[in-house]
Amino acid sequence: MADTTAAHPRVGLLATCLMNVFRPNIGFSAAELLERAGCRVEVPGSQTCCGQPAYSAGDDDAARAMARQLIAQFEDYDYLVSPSGSCVGTVHKYPALFADDPAWQSRAQALADKAYELLSFLVDVRQVDIQASYAGKATYHDSCSGLRQLGVKRQPRELLSKVEGLELAEMDDAEVCCGFGGSFCVKYPQISEKMVDDKLRSIAESGADTLLGGDLGCLMNMAGRLRRTGAKVRVWHTAEVLAGRTDGPAIGEEESR
Amino acid sequence: MKALPGTFDSRAAVALADPSLQKALKNFKPLFVAKRAAAVAELDGFEQLRETAAAIKDAVLSELDVWLERYAAKVESLGGHVHFASDAAEAREIIREICRKADAKTICKGKSMVSEEIGLNEVLEDDGYKVVETDLGEYIIQLAKEPPSHIIAPAIHKTREQVADLFEQNHPGRPREDSVAGLVNEARHALRERFFQSDVGITGGNFLIAETGTSIIVTNEGNGDLTQTLSRAHVVTSGIERVIPTLDDLSVFLRLLARSATGQDTECYTTLSSGPKRPGDPDGPEEYHVVLVDNGRSKMLAGRFSQMLRCIRCGACMNHCPVYGAVGGHAYGWVYPGPMGSILTPLFNGLAENYDLPNACTLNGRCQSVCPVKIPLTDLIRTMRNEQIKAGLMPASQRRMMAAWGWVARQPGLYRAFEKLGSKMLRLRAGRSGSLSSLPGAGAWTRVRDLPAPSGPTFIDQWKAKGGQS
Repeated sequence: MADTTAAHPRVGLLATCLMNVFRPNIGFSAAELLERAGCRVEVPGSQTCCGQPAYSAGDDDAARAMARQLIAQFEDYDYLVSPSGSCVGTVHKYPALFADDPAWQSRAQALADKAYELLSFLVDVRQVDIQASYAGKATYHDSCSGLRQLGVKRQPRELLSKVEGLELAEMDDAEVCCGFGGSFCVKYPQISEKMVDDKLRSIAESGADTLLGGDLGCLMNMAGRLRRTGAKVRVWHTAEVLAGRTDGPAIGEEESR
Repeated sequence: MKALPGTFDSRAAVALADPSLQKALKNFKPLFVAKRAAAVAELDGFEQLRETAAAIKDAVLSELDVWLERYAAKVESLGGHVHFASDAAEAREIIREICRKADAKTICKGKSMVSEEIGLNEVLEDDGYKVVETDLGEYIIQLAKEPPSHIIAPAIHKTREQVADLFEQNHPGRPREDSVAGLVNEARHALRERFFQSDVGITGGNFLIAETGTSIIVTNEGNGDLTQTLSRAHVVTSGIERVIPTLDDLSVFLRLLARSATGQDTECYTTLSSGPKRPGDPDGPEEYHVVLVDNGRSKMLAGRFSQMLRCIRCGACMNHCPVYGAVGGHAYGWVYPGPMGSILTPLFNGLAENYDLPNACTLNGRCQSVCPVKIPLTDLIRTMRNEQIKAGLMPASQRRMMAAWGWVARQPGLYRAFEKLGSKMLRLRAGRSGSLSSLPGAGAWTRVRDLPAPSGPTFIDQWKAKGGQS
């Protein structure tokens, strides 16, 4: 049994709310990459949300309720993996939410210890053979939660360097927030607009025709602004490119291109 | 300083529409960030220094009363006077009294954020003193009658052209200068004579050393030195949290401060003052006073935000904050802008009055990652939101929406149904276009950007349909 687990761990895929509704292709890309890395992938059908909106809003009671639900759904897997740094980052915040509840805190800690953002999991925990090709010059935006909460930085670049035909062109300020920030972008639209425009300028100056990242919220913000301003940059989640699932429309793009 | 009129939103809107300010911010933004990164990279063990500094601060704060007593006793033994002020009004009164007794006419000032915090200049000017700010940035905004917009670069919101205009208006008889060097020279010339007239010199205190009774200021202009040595009385204004035990500890903080603030290895002037002029000293002030301001700090120490008292006022958090970079410091409405201000201002001036500050943040964590004393700024900003909720300050509409969402998210079947419905409606509306340029109820999103539409049925539905494990 132990051998099976080590060779083929059971991974619970956390299907983030945005991915589930807006971009199923990221979920299938993640599943494909995980399977290629030897994992047995399951998608708990009862999962809803990690509670990030409540946590970020400072609503600790609501966040705790969501956390209990998610811990119960995922704690029996060998790993929790998700194609989002901010959702996994939230799972890593669970233990602190249960500072006054030792029983739940230890369950939260146990889950946090085996909860990984997809791209870092595929480098730091499992190895995956990348067989994709992509014709284009891409620039990578380091989404804040993945970068600063989970240390996701070199892993996506390492994986992308194996994609045939893909040239990576770093932009200035790749580590600066794109102005999404969850509800921030709708509460303070003017400031968000300024921030995303600064980001678009960096993207343009990099000369890239493709924008990649690891968190769909940020990608939807930048893709939406790119479309609004008429820029022709294509936007994908990194997992889609790594899995070679880039035949359809990119994020926000019209069909039958 | 009084809070600026308007709301964060209204001040931010003005800031975004101000071309001069945007030009100034665009020039400043990359400068501090790049210089800090280079300075930090050149010093081995910077990360370890941050850890050490945070530990020193935490140790002092855990027995702050003891260290303050030791510090005060040492200062008194050197012939200085220590005054404890419980709030801003008391601090102002203490300083007015010192100025009265010194029979002052002209008061020179080095840069001090505590002085801004307690609103000192206004009362001294009302008393009829000639009050002169001698830090170049502070001098500029004093002439412009504006509050500071940054804690170490108070006039960072001003362009060179605006400074040239100001100097031309305020220095009659001098030709207009347009170069930076020319403007600096002009200010130096104007300030030089003031230093010689100064009766009381008021400075801040970057650090206070308990072991030696020493106050330290770091500047790049030397104005602080002239302020405190040429005046008859020297008054140090400082928060009670600025005391550290020893000169060895100081060396840790000095290595962090300049690199974090301006990206320099060290500032041009680091000045240590221990008491008044002693018999036989060639110069120095005849009186030496330290005004230690509490103003809510001891309350902070006892609560969830005690780590804020580690702050050494370097400005790195605002230099790296993309929201500060977009709107500048005045949008934050008071003395302390940016991430540190988004925590301090509600604590000093009220959670309700400053509701926007902790909310106008994307929680991106860049401030926290550069803080030299490792204050978990992002976590504290989130904690501040929690305090606002506990105080019943979250707007009712948002509270209702959060509660409804929270309830639905705990009913997986219902949540699924909403996701399905949402996906279907958005796809219908978008057709084959791939995104939506408008959407009822989502105007705040679509005002700025298109909304990428769902590319098909939900992932979980498709996964099940394909027979995937669940």
